[in-house]
Amino acid sequence: MTVLVLCDHDRGALSEASLEAMTFGRVLAGQTNVPCTAVLIGAGANDAIGGLAAYGAEAVHIADHELLTDYGPEAWGETLTQLVQFTNATAVTACGTDRGNEVLAQVAARLGEPFVANCRQAEPDNSVWSATRVQWGGSLLEDVTVEAGVHLLSVAPHTVEVTPAEAAGAGTIAFFNPDLDASLARSIVNDRVVRTRGITLTTAPVVVGGGRGVGSAEGFAPLEELAATLGGVVGCSRAVTNNGWRPHSDQVGQTGTRIAPDLYIANGISGAIQHWVGAMASKNILAINTDPEANMVVKAGYAVIGDLHQVVPAIIEELKKRCS
Amino acid sequence: MQILVCVKRVPAPGTRINVTDDGQDVDATHLGFTTSPHEECAVEEAVQITEALGGEVTVLSLGKAEAEEQLRYAASVGAHRLALVPIDDVDWDAQRTAAALTDAIAELESEHGTFDLLLFGNESADAGGFQVGVRVAHSLDRPIVNAIKSIEVGDGTVSARREIDGGFEVYELPLPAALGVKEGINLPRYPTMKGRLASKKAEVRSVTSTTSSSGQTRVRLHRPEEQVSETVILGTGPEAAGAVVDLFEELGMLS
Repeated sequence: MTVLVLCDHDRGALSEASLEAMTFGRVLAGQTNVPCTAVLIGAGANDAIGGLAAYGAEAVHIADHELLTDYGPEAWGETLTQLVQFTNATAVTACGTDRGNEVLAQVAARLGEPFVANCRQAEPDNSVWSATRVQWGGSLLEDVTVEAGVHLLSVAPHTVEVTPAEAAGAGTIAFFNPDLDASLARSIVNDRVVRTRGITLTTAPVVVGGGRGVGSAEGFAPLEELAATLGGVVGCSRAVTNNGWRPHSDQVGQTGTRIAPDLYIANGISGAIQHWVGAMASKNILAINTDPEANMVVKAGYAVIGDLHQVVPAIIEELKKRCS
Repeated sequence: MQILVCVKRVPAPGTRINVTDDGQDVDATHLGFTTSPHEECAVEEAVQITEALGGEVTVLSLGKAEAEEQLRYAASVGAHRLALVPIDDVDWDAQRTAAALTDAIAELESEHGTFDLLLFGNESADAGGFQVGVRVAHSLDRPIVNAIKSIEVGDGTVSARREIDGGFEVYELPLPAALGVKEGINLPRYPTMKGRLASKKAEVRSVTSTTSSSGQTRVRLHRPEEQVSETVILGTGPEAAGAVVDLFEELGMLS
């Protein structure tokens, strides 16, 4: 019996979200007195082993099969399902990312078990567990009870503080050879295209966001300049993409990108739920808005009350003055 | 191309979501309703594909009788057939929803033939279970990939793109297949007056289900503890620029 943790990695580089899943899984394993086992699938898995023991992995299972070189939701889901059966797992955790949620949903479908997506916490109690999960992208929480043979839980991003184990696990490495049908190749990644090598919305230390108040596609020029000066990127609200002023890939929000920069500057953004849940993980928020009652202003740590079309150019001027 | 799209009726919240006193549902007294955003895009994508390649779009929902409104909206922007799995009151859990949709799709397919493509939203805007499409596709033995932001139908295959940080992954699935799509795959059109009028007369096929609840049960919905933050007002208008740059310095943004 064990708690399995699916550790997502990109060619051997573990994601921060995987360590959140690892921390979450280790705590559940401790509460239920079973060991915590990390699972690595895909090319470069061997490079991701180091460090997992420090987060409490008693064992690291590396799934090895010719169909597992590249990512495929069905092949990964089937592999993890077989590992659940092989290790007699009591629970499986993964990060609440596109991949983590997708693979656990595949496992759930195969096992006919519930899948509790985007949990913030879970309390094991024999076979009926309690969990608190995220709804509406984080603006509501749902307490649930779960009766299951195997508990499948993903961890809501940015809600679990990553901590190493008090005592490192043994980290014993074991290779697992799943029995995979050739037909599973049907949903494996066929090609990977890298578009930008620079900073993106998810990695930028500063994001300069614009909302309906920007007024037009051209209105984003000063925001672009401010972002460039601060070494950041431009984001926007859903109203902006719906108006066709910016591409959807710039959208911050529940149905766009979740950001967590050191500083988010929200220009002319009212702060509807849809947008707020995508921006709320920012460490600092500066709202620039004509409306002092706007939700974004109320929720921000800092605000300037005024028209962004005047305030942003003034900030750029001031930056030039000080940096020259 | 025969395409089936599953959609969900969800509340359209503004800046705050309230919960009913019993904690079992969102208090929608002062809210409008809409189609969950990813799914609105899925309908648009299906309509665009059939406009280019011919065929029909069937839109299926599981929900209260009021979900007919979202089905008719889909018809007003180009969907051809509408079907509803009616439920009584509180939303069903994801596992039960998937089982009922699977039954409904199997019944529709027994009449019209296999759908080439099943489209789902990546996740619903409200419950956000991230699993209904995957469960349905697995039950019907169709390949499925989620988080799709571009679809191209080829000869017996569908090519689909998924955004990853700084790029995208390309999947090539044999038809019949299923995809979970994300907003941003297109910009949904608005209904025309003609579309609106026609949608009022569209038939909504009812498909009943006999599935039962799964092991996941809602105890209550509640709002997270708000981070109470006093907003520091740095100033008003362009005169605030100095204070803003001071803040940048304080936060180490200028080093």
